Amino acid sequence: MLGIEKRDLSLLVIVAILAFCAPFILNPFPTGSAMAQFNAGYPDLMQRFVIFGILAIGFNILFGLTGYLSFGHAAFLGLGSYSAVWMFKLLGYNVLPGIVLSVVVAGLFALLIGYISLRRSGIYFSILTLAFAQMTFAIAYSDLFGKMLGFSLTNGETGLQVYTSDPQYFHSDSAPNIPHLFGQEMQSTFTWDVAGWSFDFNFGYYMCALIMLVMFYLSIRIFRSPFGLMLMAIKTNQTRLNYTGLNSRPYTLAAFVISGMYAGLAGGLLASMDPLAGAERMQWTASGEVVLMTILGGAGTLIGPILGAGFIKYFENIFSKINEKVLHSWFDFLPESLEYGVVWVLEHFVGSGWHLTLGLLFMLIVIFLPGGLVEGGQKLAALFHRKKTEDTPADGAKTPAE
Amino acid sequence: MDAILLQILNGLDKGSAYALIALGLTLIFGTLGVVNFAHGALFMLGAFCAVSLQKLLQLSTVTLSETEKNFLGQPLEIKTPYVVNWFGEATGQAIIDWSVPLAIIIAIPIMIAIGFIMERGLIKHFYKRPHADQILVTFGLAIVIQELVKHYYGANPIPTPAPDAFKGSLDFGVMLGFDPNVIIYPYWRLVYFMFAAVIIAGVFAFLQFTTFGMVVRAGMTDRETVGLLGINIDKRFTIMFGIAAAVAGLAGVMYGPINSPNYHMGMDFLVLSFVVVVVGGMGSLPGAVLAGFMLGILESFASMNEIKSIFPGIDQIIIYLVAIIILLVRPRGLMGRKGVMED
Repeated sequence: MLGIEKRDLSLLVIVAILAFCAPFILNPFPTGSAMAQFNAGYPDLMQRFVIFGILAIGFNILFGLTGYLSFGHAAFLGLGSYSAVWMFKLLGYNVLPGIVLSVVVAGLFALLIGYISLRRSGIYFSILTLAFAQMTFAIAYSDLFGKMLGFSLTNGETGLQVYTSDPQYFHSDSAPNIPHLFGQEMQSTFTWDVAGWSFDFNFGYYMCALIMLVMFYLSIRIFRSPFGLMLMAIKTNQTRLNYTGLNSRPYTLAAFVISGMYAGLAGGLLASMDPLAGAERMQWTASGEVVLMTILGGAGTLIGPILGAGFIKYFENIFSKINEKVLHSWFDFLPESLEYGVVWVLEHFVGSGWHLTLGLLFMLIVIFLPGGLVEGGQKLAALFHRKKTEDTPADGAKTPAE
Repeated sequence: MDAILLQILNGLDKGSAYALIALGLTLIFGTLGVVNFAHGALFMLGAFCAVSLQKLLQLSTVTLSETEKNFLGQPLEIKTPYVVNWFGEATGQAIIDWSVPLAIIIAIPIMIAIGFIMERGLIKHFYKRPHADQILVTFGLAIVIQELVKHYYGANPIPTPAPDAFKGSLDFGVMLGFDPNVIIYPYWRLVYFMFAAVIIAGVFAFLQFTTFGMVVRAGMTDRETVGLLGINIDKRFTIMFGIAAAVAGLAGVMYGPINSPNYHMGMDFLVLSFVVVVVGGMGSLPGAVLAGFMLGILESFASMNEIKSIFPGIDQIIIYLVAIIILLVRPRGLMGRKGVMED
């Protein structure tokens, strides 16, 4: 079905079920209970799960398949956001033109940046993309082109936003004054209260989830296509590929542009959920986060990037919420001196110390689990599997002895 | 003419910092073949050596004044730093005043030790892994170091003033026959430039004129053959890593008075230093130094008001722009050799 193999289809179905039941899955604890702080089913956070999922899926097409480590993907995310907000300013709050333009703009920039950066490989490529991303960041932050052209293109450090004085040529009075899709507001949320639980069904989230599923399907098709095989061949041994007389650059460029368009789409969606675009979205730490998501989940695997994006965004949310007080309430069963010791150690990692946890996680994953969560899962599965197979011959050996 | 001279001088101090960091990066890359994204963090740690020493020297005993009272009518608290108690008023205050240059003495062993621990504990295990893995693990390490410093020293820049003797500026123009107050240059920047020049010269002399340096250079060219000759090249490369860390740390120590150290200064310099290394040519030490000074001076020219009025914000992007152009025209960088990082 859908032109993909049964295994991939089941993967797609699992992701689809997870995405559509997310409001239930992410809210396992009743509101008002002590565990409610581990709930993650708010519309805002769920939207970020799927949007960063799209970003990571796109990054994986470049990094996972070709092995080219781009350190500048946040630039496309930011460019997507800026183009979407410009569409809101000029045309009105319907998100469709904004999303389409963000993909197109990111694609064009990816073509330009990729054409130059892909002349080199390895570390040179990483640094070139980093240089381009930092340049884009600096241009957006200081509004260089806007100042040269005499109007505000990116609105500098304040960030681009929609004002009432903006033209919005296609804005009709009946349409809502916030981002919407043909009248359906992104923010509109249906809350279902049932026996202490409360589940939020948000229109914006379901739109993003649907787009994410389409993008995931596309990435499966790319992975299984001859084009995807060619990209994997580039990762395995580019020199040998070149010796066979094949020019690999068009393939890597295509992968770069595709992944740039994914990032642009994610940026456009971010702006659609919250019509604001700031330069800090393009900073290189943001690029690093995308890399981490992909690595954490498992670069080169289909499901890995989505897992990684969800994992990071979930723990970012949870860890940032915990503070010293919460820690003390958790460990007050310990003797006092021990309690203070434990809290002193742990408070480095929570609250504003989340970045420290992120950095440590980054190192641990790269050192011990280069294949990410997917590899970890496979190893675990293999461990249990081996145990079973070891058990069987042991039983078999016993039987004849009797 | 005077404006040009002034911008060249202004570019020298930033260029010195770029050159020192890029030199360390190139040393590590040339010897161990590792791309060290944590090098900026080492620069930052050096600056925080100076901050720590300054804080340490200002530890004081508190005594209550018998005669003076504060505005609440209570006895005034007088803080006397321990060093003043120990060495007397004049010497003690002089030590506190000179805390930044003194930090060099403690920074060298600390940075070499950190370099050793980093290489033996972490980077050693990454020689055979792909470059992407090396980048990622050192990037993670950089985040960890940065966040720890942020946790203990706070997010705000901490001023580390230069000694009183170096406050004020040198009227450089008068020496060359220009009008007074046209070309003035702060003494500390001059000190920083000379300090950087001494360190760069020291590293080159060490590599050029000592047996140890000769072996290291031989190892950079052909590691395997040197190993086959019965020389423990790994040990020497580890020492070179320590030296590279110390160079970055010293660059950081002395940079404190120019820009107050904050926890993200390493990252700010790192990205530019990588660009410097690539422009200079990966693996080329003279290239790194040349490109460092060149880009520093270029950045200073771009921040001139005359140029900024035509291209506002050009000073932010000039380095990247030049790097992209140079890589397109000379893909190996200014002084890059064939065969380095070509795969």
